[in-house]
Amino acid sequence: MEYFVILISAIFVNNIVLAKFLGICPFMGVSSRLETSVGMTGAVAFVMVLATIVTYLLQYYVLNPLGLGFMQTITFILVIAALVQMVEIVLKKVSPELYQALGIFLPLITTNCAVLGVAILTIQGKYNLPEAVVFSFSTALGFGLALVLLSSIREALDMVEVPNGMKGIPIAFVVAGILAMAFLGFAGLV
Amino acid sequence: MNQWKNFNKGLIAENAIFVQVLGMCPTLGTTTSAYNGLGMGLATTFVLVMSNIVVSLVRNYIPDKVRIPSFIVIIASFVTVVELTMQAYLPSLFEELGLFIPLIVVNCLVLGRAEAFASKNTVWSSTLDGLGMGLGFTLALFMLGSVREILGSGAWLGMKFIRGDGMLIFVLAPGAFLALAYLIAIMNKFNRKNA
Repeated sequence: MEYFVILISAIFVNNIVLAKFLGICPFMGVSSRLETSVGMTGAVAFVMVLATIVTYLLQYYVLNPLGLGFMQTITFILVIAALVQMVEIVLKKVSPELYQALGIFLPLITTNCAVLGVAILTIQGKYNLPEAVVFSFSTALGFGLALVLLSSIREALDMVEVPNGMKGIPIAFVVAGILAMAFLGFAGLV
Repeated sequence: MNQWKNFNKGLIAENAIFVQVLGMCPTLGTTTSAYNGLGMGLATTFVLVMSNIVVSLVRNYIPDKVRIPSFIVIIASFVTVVELTMQAYLPSLFEELGLFIPLIVVNCLVLGRAEAFASKNTVWSSTLDGLGMGLGFTLALFMLGSVREILGSGAWLGMKFIRGDGMLIFVLAPGAFLALAYLIAIMNKFNRKNA
């Protein structure tokens, strides 16, 4: 039951993109085509869960016992950057097909604030390890949902005549704003 | 004359938010009021200037292959400085900005300037570049924060000028997207007329 609440809350109520404003750069960058946004979601989900587990263990078994809580930001970003590199190398060797699908998105993820954001939120939310895994995975699902929704709409927008100044980024933001309004409807669900 | 240009370009012509569309997460997440936007902008400016200075100082000693991780460590150190200072002296602002302070590390604007400018230019030009970009970012955040605060709660910098609430939607998440969309659209029109 507890896990279900975390799942619903992370996907709909506190959607990472539309309610918490994390991961906007890839949200705007890759959302013009549906296909790329599915690939991006896969890569983000993979890295996010892995990064959350690793940073969780680091925080509770290394930083806290040693009283190094203030090193959190530096440690986490380095671990995530190293992790992304490692995932890239391992994937290339072990599963070339998966690497083909996710490859180009992996380097982008280091500077995806959603990954670092979720790692820090997990610590702030005082989750235990299984909850942290569920939380990070459902957050990635929420990210994917928002990305797929926006990219489908943007594909349709290509057919429409948009005023000159609104072309590109501004109209995408307007669409995101309307989506965020729709997601406001989920507030109070959990 | 050239040095002036390094500073100047970040303000309008290459404004981080309106023109380059970098660093969107803190832009949307922290601008619920003009004061918060200003605080976030100044914190980012500090990190940007300091990391630009340090990166340009050590640019000849860092091997090319490990430059990105090194830049990230430099940036993360200054972010930690900001984090601890703000927690000590401005605890209420720190509470409001919350998660977005540690997230300055992954602000693409900061790493972008380190990689694109500071790693190739002298200390003085990099300082000016960081200052200009940072102030341009601050200006944009302050504008967005003002729009959202005026429409959303009928106040500016905490001074209320209407009774009751404003259009609450502008303080909530959708308002951030909509306000930024129209600000960028207005800027686009303005810039194209100039060109």
